[in-house]
Amino acid sequence: MSSNEESSNGDSTNENRSRRRFITGLTSAAWAVSAAYAAVPLVLSMTPSARARNAGAPVEFDFSKLQAGQMVKVEWRGMPVVVLRRTPAMMAGLDEVTELLADPDSADSVQPGYAQNPARADANKNEILVMLSVCTHLGCSPVEKLAVGPDPEMGEDSKGGFFCPCHGSKFDLAGRVYKNVPANKNMVIPPYQYLDENVILIGDDEARNA
Amino acid sequence: MGNFMEWLDRRFPATQVWNDHMAKYWTPKNFNFWYYFGVLSIVILVLQIVTGIFLTMHYKPDVTLAFASVEYIMRDVPWGWLIRYLHAIGASAFFVVIYLHMFRGLIYGSSREPRELVWLIGCVIYVALMAESFMGYLLPWGNMSYWGAQVIISLFDVIPYVGPALSEWIRGDFVVSDATLNRFFAFHVIAVPLILCVLVFLHIVALHKVGSLNPDGIEIKENKDKGGIPLDGIAFHPYYTVKDTVGVVVFFIIYLGVVFYWPEGGGVLLEKDNFTPANSLQTPPDIVPLWYFTPFYSILRASTADFLVVLGSLTAIAAIATPFIKTKRSNKIAAFVGYGVIAICLFIFDAKWWGVVMMAMAIVVMFLLPWLDKSPVKSIRYRSLPFKIAVTIFVLAFISLGYLGMHPVSALSTIQAQTCTVLYFAFFALMPFYTTWGKTKPVPERLT
Repeated sequence: MSSNEESSNGDSTNENRSRRRFITGLTSAAWAVSAAYAAVPLVLSMTPSARARNAGAPVEFDFSKLQAGQMVKVEWRGMPVVVLRRTPAMMAGLDEVTELLADPDSADSVQPGYAQNPARADANKNEILVMLSVCTHLGCSPVEKLAVGPDPEMGEDSKGGFFCPCHGSKFDLAGRVYKNVPANKNMVIPPYQYLDENVILIGDDEARNA
Repeated sequence: MGNFMEWLDRRFPATQVWNDHMAKYWTPKNFNFWYYFGVLSIVILVLQIVTGIFLTMHYKPDVTLAFASVEYIMRDVPWGWLIRYLHAIGASAFFVVIYLHMFRGLIYGSSREPRELVWLIGCVIYVALMAESFMGYLLPWGNMSYWGAQVIISLFDVIPYVGPALSEWIRGDFVVSDATLNRFFAFHVIAVPLILCVLVFLHIVALHKVGSLNPDGIEIKENKDKGGIPLDGIAFHPYYTVKDTVGVVVFFIIYLGVVFYWPEGGGVLLEKDNFTPANSLQTPPDIVPLWYFTPFYSILRASTADFLVVLGSLTAIAAIATPFIKTKRSNKIAAFVGYGVIAICLFIFDAKWWGVVMMAMAIVVMFLLPWLDKSPVKSIRYRSLPFKIAVTIFVLAFISLGYLGMHPVSALSTIQAQTCTVLYFAFFALMPFYTTWGKTKPVPERLT
């Protein structure tokens, strides 16, 4: 009892009050730091797992059956990759739309160096377009509009291209984005290489450096 | 019984809580149609929790099993179809009721002093509810589920520097995948519902501290009898519990009518693309979020490079007008700082960033309502004409945005959506001005 009285008397002195406040502050800070540390494993448990990280292997695709003007979608890392063999008319159309594009030279867009050209393809086989079919706006997969001519979405004198159904972004047949649409970058060209005349390896271009 | 209550009350404030919040909770006697939607949202919350528990008994949160397990619930589980439809249609019903509840707050001034916290907590509930329904929508693993999640998670990509890492963290993978489905299941069935229940509790605690407002927008606590009971107040129980029962029955007639006879709601309540399993290679031909998100989705789509020019011009006009407005100097400085930030952001960021920011701002501005409204009266019954016109335009713009968001974009619809976006924000930005214009009607002393 007497010790209680002593401490309550001690409380009223300014020195004790500030000391108490300091210790309370220090304890609270220690709690906050501990809580932050405790949150780390929980937060990190939500990042991509080792299994997800290992799942990104390159995929092979044999495009010998792909006729001029035909397109297929191949899955790589869970994402759709377009492989399109463009016709000479389609290739000619690429130059006619340059004025309408936001980034015709692909200066702000993502592609390997060997695909930074108007066709956005390997110069050896520049009619073959290999492209992530993922809209650079919000990640939908744009619909192919391969036909030349009037199209409800692409416009009256469409030279063919890709139209994103989600938010109306338009791309040409090299995945270059049109001006004044929600997307502002060209679609991504993944690294790729030719294993032989008809087989393409998507996701790996090591051989180019060798 | 008497002895039991005595025993209980000495250990637990049962009678006290009952009286404080039901039997002696004094409520304005003139609640009208608009005051059903608070109690209805609680009814639906309970309904969603109960049906959700039973769905969890049969659902499998695994990309290879999820779609089939929902079909299994629909076809093989006894009464599974009913539980699933109650839950899926319940989500839409929840938003119908919440939107009407919010509209009630807007027209009767329910958010005004001293009820700001009730409004703010309510806005947080609205955001939590959007998260809850968004994550729930991924679970059937239909194609619209998949691409809807893909689009919404990609919104985080626009945050400078940390955006891509953040969206990867949310997905738990580089694309929407099994990891995403499994964690959305965890959030949908436990994390967010817990938060929602706590928020609803706080919403009611805050409301019962200040008491409900009413269609006249005046305080019943200002006229009390000798016993301290508001003269215009009636006990919540039995008067409103009985009246609300009627509202709940009418609600169930409509809601169950939809559940039994029109569950897909013409493709609006259950979207046709969600009847096919998720396909990571094929975006649905016309992707639309659920109807209750479409107004914000339209605002997102309205942001094009041309629209940024409009945005810049409107900011410039506001900046020119500001010096002529009669207000405190600090307000003007704050306004100019705001214009400066907008101008800088217009130079740095593109239309995509602005789309996401405007969509987020469309929700953030709702929180500010109690402070933007400067009218001397609260209820629309006594407001001046400019406010009534503004509310009408706002409702039309909101519904138009919702309608446009359900349909594919065209050149014309983009301009319509942009116009409605400007009107939506103008409703809030100009509110401090038009709420002071015109002559308000005299407010009565007592409820009418």
